[in-house]
Amino acid sequence: MDIPKKKIEMQNITIEFPGVKALNDVDFELQLGKIQALIGANGAGKSTLMKILSGAYSHYSGSIFINGEPVKITDTKTAKKLGIDIVYQEVDTVLVPYLSVAENIMLDHLIFDKKLHFINWKTIRQEAKAVLERLGVQIDVDKKVSDISLADKQMVLIARAIVHERNYLILDEPTAPLSLTETEKLFDIVRDLAKNHNKGIVFISHRLPELYQICEKITIMKDGKVVKESDINEIEQQQVIEFMLGKSYDTAHQKKNTSVGEIIFEAKNLVDSSGLVNDVSFFVRKGEIIGLAGLVGAGKTELSKAIFGVSPLLNGEIILENRSIKNKTPHHAVRNGMGLIPEERRKEGIFVEEPIYKNLTIANISPFVNVLRFIKRKKEKVASREMIKQIGAKTPNELQKVANLSGGNQQKIAIGKWLMTDAKVLIFDEPTKGVDVGAKGEIFHLIEDLAANGKGIIYATNEINEILLITDRIYVMYDGEIVKELETKQTSEEEIMFYATGGVESAK
Amino acid sequence: MQNNKAINFTKDWAIVIAVILLILIFTIAIPNFMQTSNILNILRSISIVTIIAVGLTVSLSANGFDLSIGSTATLANSVVVSMFVWYSMPTGVSILAALVAVVCVALFNAFLIVKVKIPDLFATLATMFIIEGLAMTYTGGGSISVGMPRLDGTPTEGTISAFFLTLSKTPWIILIMLVIVLLVHLFLTYTKHGRFIYAVGGNEEAAKLSGIPVNRYKTIAYIFSAVLAGIGGLLLASQIGSAQINAGAGYLMPAVAAAFIGQSFAGHGKPNAIGTLFGATLVGVLENGLVMLSVPYYSLNIIKGLVLALALASTYYSRKK
Repeated sequence: MDIPKKKIEMQNITIEFPGVKALNDVDFELQLGKIQALIGANGAGKSTLMKILSGAYSHYSGSIFINGEPVKITDTKTAKKLGIDIVYQEVDTVLVPYLSVAENIMLDHLIFDKKLHFINWKTIRQEAKAVLERLGVQIDVDKKVSDISLADKQMVLIARAIVHERNYLILDEPTAPLSLTETEKLFDIVRDLAKNHNKGIVFISHRLPELYQICEKITIMKDGKVVKESDINEIEQQQVIEFMLGKSYDTAHQKKNTSVGEIIFEAKNLVDSSGLVNDVSFFVRKGEIIGLAGLVGAGKTELSKAIFGVSPLLNGEIILENRSIKNKTPHHAVRNGMGLIPEERRKEGIFVEEPIYKNLTIANISPFVNVLRFIKRKKEKVASREMIKQIGAKTPNELQKVANLSGGNQQKIAIGKWLMTDAKVLIFDEPTKGVDVGAKGEIFHLIEDLAANGKGIIYATNEINEILLITDRIYVMYDGEIVKELETKQTSEEEIMFYATGGVESAK
Repeated sequence: MQNNKAINFTKDWAIVIAVILLILIFTIAIPNFMQTSNILNILRSISIVTIIAVGLTVSLSANGFDLSIGSTATLANSVVVSMFVWYSMPTGVSILAALVAVVCVALFNAFLIVKVKIPDLFATLATMFIIEGLAMTYTGGGSISVGMPRLDGTPTEGTISAFFLTLSKTPWIILIMLVIVLLVHLFLTYTKHGRFIYAVGGNEEAAKLSGIPVNRYKTIAYIFSAVLAGIGGLLLASQIGSAQINAGAGYLMPAVAAAFIGQSFAGHGKPNAIGTLFGATLVGVLENGLVMLSVPYYSLNIIKGLVLALALASTYYSRKK
């Protein structure tokens, strides 16, 4: 085969976004014929690095060499010309659902060939068919892309990269949506591409065991820097986790000791239609904060929404205060005494164009209406002012539009809404997302106060250090299942990460 | 800062300023524009549009869009006149029959939108044609007047009651309009249900996750929109004393214009009943003045269309930023 000198080198790459230095002096190398693992916690910068390589960001500093030649990658078109292609996790954003498999595979050809005005369907179909055969995949090239499975869509994207003879392929969490057999098939194809077609492949994944199955080298990132490069056989899974987490714990917050009461909430054998909630059982005691730990895509959000009646449950039972309840819709969930602080705050949690007081009373307006359902505005505003004080939201008054508040204060409003109800169990889904450090501490206090008042708290997050700070007990989720229950006081970030990345006890 | 305040003031009260400016211009240009009779004339002419537009305002508040209001008005017009003329029914029964018919339209819209999940605009576009056809089929071509036989040839003796005909006479129709504007304003702004409708319109997902029964409130919004369109159709029947082919169709455009023009009223930034009244007034004053200035009626649509474009521009252009 080729001389193994052919490679991409990225040197001293730095990139800043308003307020954050996402990458700080990063070096990265990718050789033809090799499969390179890239791993890091959320926000470590691995996606940013790969986006630079594939031309999504042009305002980086540093240099990129291909086979020793310096290149400047300014947009995706340049990257593709240089032979670099990326398969994003959200495959649907780069496929045209109305077009056939063949057309999607040949899409770049259709777009970038300026001389092409008439489409030769025969050639397109033949070329698409040929490349799929080369990959050893069987997909009907005449099918519309909207009709094929997620795994097949990934194959279409990989085929698109191959047909244009691109040498470097970045796979961003390709296995996240795949089943076990589909994953195996993908691995075979990726191995074949590296070995027999001499492609250089970057493989991003949160699932540690699978990196060991398929990759030869590993690069570990943390906080915008590369912290470790190694042959994968020379590093233990446990060590990888340590490098990912580093040793900089945020210990500013001290969990108060609270007493917990009897079981207030119980989920039994829950199964939802997304496949990301698979036979999940857990319980929460009065005054207890339990953590749902897991990486992005582990099924935490899906579980929260299934419990809250947003998506239908196929199986299972929910018990609140010894009573079996059915949350057919969120409306029923709220009436049954539950509350949800959703992950996508602006999209799902608040009404940005409305003033604070209307946001606060929206989940429970009945104390503020008379017989004719007219709202007693004075009473409503007085209660809102008190709530603003209680949750410590920083705002001149209750009439402010929520859009004008900072992320942290918006989140306090989203939480305050449920404090105005008599909800007994509250689900927090990534409540500190997009919240600054100061407000984070205040939100922690707020949640602890709620627990101290006898509420049951479910705290779902992929920020493992947060879960250690605030919870009493932890359920670790992996691939739609609860794989481990841990006592917070007796566990560590490493242990949680071990289970969250698919580690199994016997392997430890 | 001072400058900003002035700009915001102008923005918030732009419709009111526009109405005043138009009145000033027309008063100068046309000697008898400001006579009491002409003012009442304008108010009477905008009554039906305003009532229909206020209904549309409610559906817009829930982030819906009811294109079927014109056809719904036609249907009410056909049903009420057929009850009077064909079946010699008393006033109460005739009105009730028309209202039942329009509520069915609302429920059909709600079914398409809430259950089948067709986007509002397309669902009500379909309904618009269905109801238009239905009203025509029911009346055998669209028109019924006193003395005309039924479709099967049976001679009729029914007449339209004097009370019903009075409804569209001058002070009453204006009073009905003002009462409806006031009631809908109170409903949207001061009641729990109005608050929830705005919540659904503002952020449907957040409303759902806050425990609001979103589908129920969307249905309520479409019932408002259909019933008010129906009342518009009833007043139309009272005004013309007969059922006419597509009588309500012409009200869709000015109603949409009025509701969109009204959004910026008093800095609301969202659909509101009083703003809609001012929006309809703007359109009405413009139309009246232009007619008095001898602009041919067939050219009026150019101006009205431009006003609609301007109203939509002011809504969507500022939203973009």
